[in-house]
Amino acid sequence: MSAPASGSRTGCQITVVPDGPALVRGADVVYDDQGVAHEAERPVVAVCLCGLSQRLPWCDATHKVAGGRPSKT
Amino acid sequence: MKLPRPRGKLSEALVADLTGGRALDHAGDPDGPDDLHLSLWMLYELHYRGFEDVDDRREWDPRLLAVRAELETSFEDGLREDVGEVLAAADEAEDLVSQLAAIASHEGEASVSQFLHRRATAAQYREFLIERSLYHLKESDPHAWAVPRLDGAAKVALAELQYDEFGGGRPDRLHSALFARALEEAGLDASYGAYVDRVSWHTLAVNNAMSLFGLHRRFRGSAMGHLAAFEMTSPLACRRYLQGAQRLEMGAAVEHYFDEHIEADAVHEEIAARTICGSLAETEPELVDDILFGAAACVHLDEVVARHAIDAWTAGGSVLLGGDTSEVA
Repeated sequence: MSAPASGSRTGCQITVVPDGPALVRGADVVYDDQGVAHEAERPVVAVCLCGLSQRLPWCDATHKVAGGRPSKT
Repeated sequence: MKLPRPRGKLSEALVADLTGGRALDHAGDPDGPDDLHLSLWMLYELHYRGFEDVDDRREWDPRLLAVRAELETSFEDGLREDVGEVLAAADEAEDLVSQLAAIASHEGEASVSQFLHRRATAAQYREFLIERSLYHLKESDPHAWAVPRLDGAAKVALAELQYDEFGGGRPDRLHSALFARALEEAGLDASYGAYVDRVSWHTLAVNNAMSLFGLHRRFRGSAMGHLAAFEMTSPLACRRYLQGAQRLEMGAAVEHYFDEHIEADAVHEEIAARTICGSLAETEPELVDDILFGAAACVHLDEVVARHAIDAWTAGGSVLLGGDTSEVA
């Protein structure tokens, strides 16, 4: 994976992992699909994209046993 | 921490040397794996926290380093032979991340996390905590040796991962401190190295592999491959450790430790595999085999520990040297 360009601004950054979660750097709060605020308690959080996590909105690696995120196509 | 009790002629001679007795000039043939791995563990520990009864200057004693090198050669040669089956899991995979994922999902015959989830007694769970204490009380320290040996994106990503391991700026969230609280809550001794005399070579070997990879620059790829496999196998295992702790009512601090690692390691596995190992393989492609060797060593040694533990527990025995935990609680 390529590193972000040097000199990129600090602030929130989101990296979507193929068949995995979105890694979110620099977020304070993540709002789930019910509008509930979840405080980001670590510098990088993994937000679930497959919907199968047992601790939404955070990823708990369930996508690995479920065979990955549903395809976009 | 004081020096451990010897387990054979080599560790006995090493303890004697470290405490000012007769000089040990070569390792010779250790009396089996316990003697070898305990000796290697003592020599590595000189680089971490040392021993109360050993002069700190012995860390760089050339004679001890020569003995360590002999033991490392023997350990490395054995590991290279033993990781073949796990390494073969990566044969069909196309890219490095898929190879690491294939290695990390290699399944041995025995699973400690499944056993703890559904079958273990509270006493067996505490034995697991004791075995793990050797590493978790210095959690992430062995991988930190790699920082000055990396550059660019791999270095940045390792620092990012370790910032989280080391508490994210908050001493009370240092992962080793979270584990210490879990031990205390389970009625166990949380002081560093307290249980080394109770832990068999299988667990010592797990710890020695991390030190071997961490302390040698030539193994920087293996150190990071090891880290990736460790993190990739962690979230799902930690979920089972957590469920086992809840079933056995091991207490809030034990639950919190594993709960924390489900989310943390779901992040760390992506950082370790894609960004650390991926960037390292891009800048130093000749390290790919080393990365895979490190990952396979992690998974293989985990299986060695698991087989030993499950065999002991299903036979109604203890995984610890010297019997069950009733006397150590």
